[in-house]
Formats: sequence, C-alpha cells, structure tokens
Amino acid sequence: MTKVEINEELCKGCGLCINFCPSKVLNYADYTNNKGYHPAKLINPEKCTGCTSCYLVCPDCCFEIYR
Amino acid sequence: MKKVIVKPKVLHNIPWHYCPGCTHGIVHRLIAEVIDEMDLQKDAVGVASVGCSCFNYDYFDIDMSAAAHGRAPAVATGIKRVQPGRLVFTYQGDGDLCAIGTAEAIHAAVRGENITIIFYNNGIYGMTGGQMAPTSLPDMKTTTSPYGRNVQETGFPIKMTEMLALQEGCVYAERTKVSNPASINKTKKAIRKAFELQLSRAGFTIVEILGTCPTNWGLDPLQAIKWMEEKLEKQYPTGILKNSKGDSVICDKK
Repeated sequence: MTKVEINEELCKGCGLCINFCPSKVLNYADYTNNKGYHPAKLINPEKCTGCTSCYLVCPDCCFEIYR
Repeated sequence: MKKVIVKPKVLHNIPWHYCPGCTHGIVHRLIAEVIDEMDLQKDAVGVASVGCSCFNYDYFDIDMSAAAHGRAPAVATGIKRVQPGRLVFTYQGDGDLCAIGTAEAIHAAVRGENITIIFYNNGIYGMTGGQMAPTSLPDMKTTTSPYGRNVQETGFPIKMTEMLALQEGCVYAERTKVSNPASINKTKKAIRKAFELQLSRAGFTIVEILGTCPTNWGLDPLQAIKWMEEKLEKQYPTGILKNSKGDSVICDKK
C-alpha cells in the first residue's frame, strides 16, 4: 500500500513525472491550480508501486510518498 | 504509513521561480538532500551566483551569500579560509562560471582551495533571454546566433571541467546529467562525494551537471531532456574526469 501526495500549488505542469512513471499512474488534471497550470494527478492510485521516480524527476518538489 | 520520501528540510516550502521543466530544481533538491543526510544544515554555507540560480539563497534554509557575477569561487575562498570547518559550496551556471568567472574558478582550482563548485551547464544564458554562452554547441541557435553558432567567428564550446581537472589542486571532477531517475541518483552520489572530500580537506572539487533550459532552447520539457541527452551529452561526455588520487584524467576521446 502506497500513498502519493501531490502539492498541486507547487506543480508547474511540466509533465516529467507523467513521462517517467513506470506504472503510468499519473496524468494532467482537468482543472488548473492558482498559477494556471494543469497539475499532475494520480489517475489510478491502486497501480502505484511507490518507486519514487516521480519524486526524483520532479523539479519543483511536489511529491510526498508514504508506504 | 511511514513517510518514505518528503521534501528535504533544508529547502523552504515556497514555490521556485524557475520555468516549468527546468532541471535547476532537481539539482537544488539533490544538494539539499545531501546536506540533510550529512546533517550539515548548521555548517553549510552556499554562495549564489548571478543568473537563473541567483535567487537560490531564498530557497535553501542554510547560510547563503551572494557574489558578483562570476566571483562566487573568490567569495567562497574567503568564507572557507575564515571558517575552515564549514562546508562551502558555490552554485554556478555556465554563463557565470565559464564566461566572466573563468579566472576565479581556475585560480581557485590552482590554489587547491577546499571548496566545491556545483556547475550547472545548459549551454545558454537563461535569465537574460537565451543569448549564446561560451558552452553553446556549434551550430546551436540562440538569440545572439540566430543562424547557429559559427565556430570560426565565435570559437568552440569551452570544456571548463576538463580544464579545472588538469589543475593539481583539483582532487575531484565529475560530469553528470539529470535526465532520468538513474542519472539523478548518480548526480546525488557525485555531489555527496565532492562534499565528503571537501570535509576531509582534500582540496578543490567540482561537479558539473548537464541540465536543460526548455524556454530558451524552444523545446517542451521532455524534448529538452531528449535534446540534452542527444546533443549536449555528445559534446560534454559524462563520467568521472578526475578522482581523489589526482590521476586518471579521462577527458573525451573524440
């Protein structure tokens, strides 16, 4: 069981985490944050393995991972 | 549930001013993680340079200083000589280190100053609007070389880390990149090794990190990472250029 928390206000929607996620559990949200970016969002959290790839490639430190 | 990984406590929880997809943020986080792991928050002193990274004193929760353009190694030398027990590093971009700051960096290495330079190389001036840098690749289009960099007119890309690695005072020089999770972990190891060597008073250490500038390269963040691996890494091959023994200069084999 893993839990990924995304700080959506820090996210700039660059999409690096979406590309590097090996289980493809992330995608852009259909809403925008206060800066006007579409933040990354978990689309199927049950498939997340907690590999921390998203945390590693995130240039804005948006991710917190619990396991 | 236990926290596996969270933002390092050495970083303030504020949004950064970098463009979306700029890998400066990854390098900031790696430095913060290493300082966190080595428990040096109270002993580390960073020197910010001029360029995109000039506001990084707002982001790190450690003692920071700012330097005039290119003069970060000189400021770091002063700090380290007055307080030799502290971890002193500079964070410089390619415009800062390779253009106006060449003399300071080389003489800091020649003197064997016990400091670490974190050198972020993306081959372009980012903050000022994408002008040609000394590290720009041949035929690379920038705002001041709209038809591509002409090497007959403007010379060849400077290989700063190779140059510093040749100096006897330099004990460790490595070039890494931040393009995928594996290379990001490697970069973190390189930063940690440089910091450890500095704390053991070995001498001058430099870690060059190849990064992206999606805005000024005119690419989206993913294309920029691909371009970095295809073009920038070809010109600046990654690897350890000099180890702590002071020999085995690999340099590039082209």
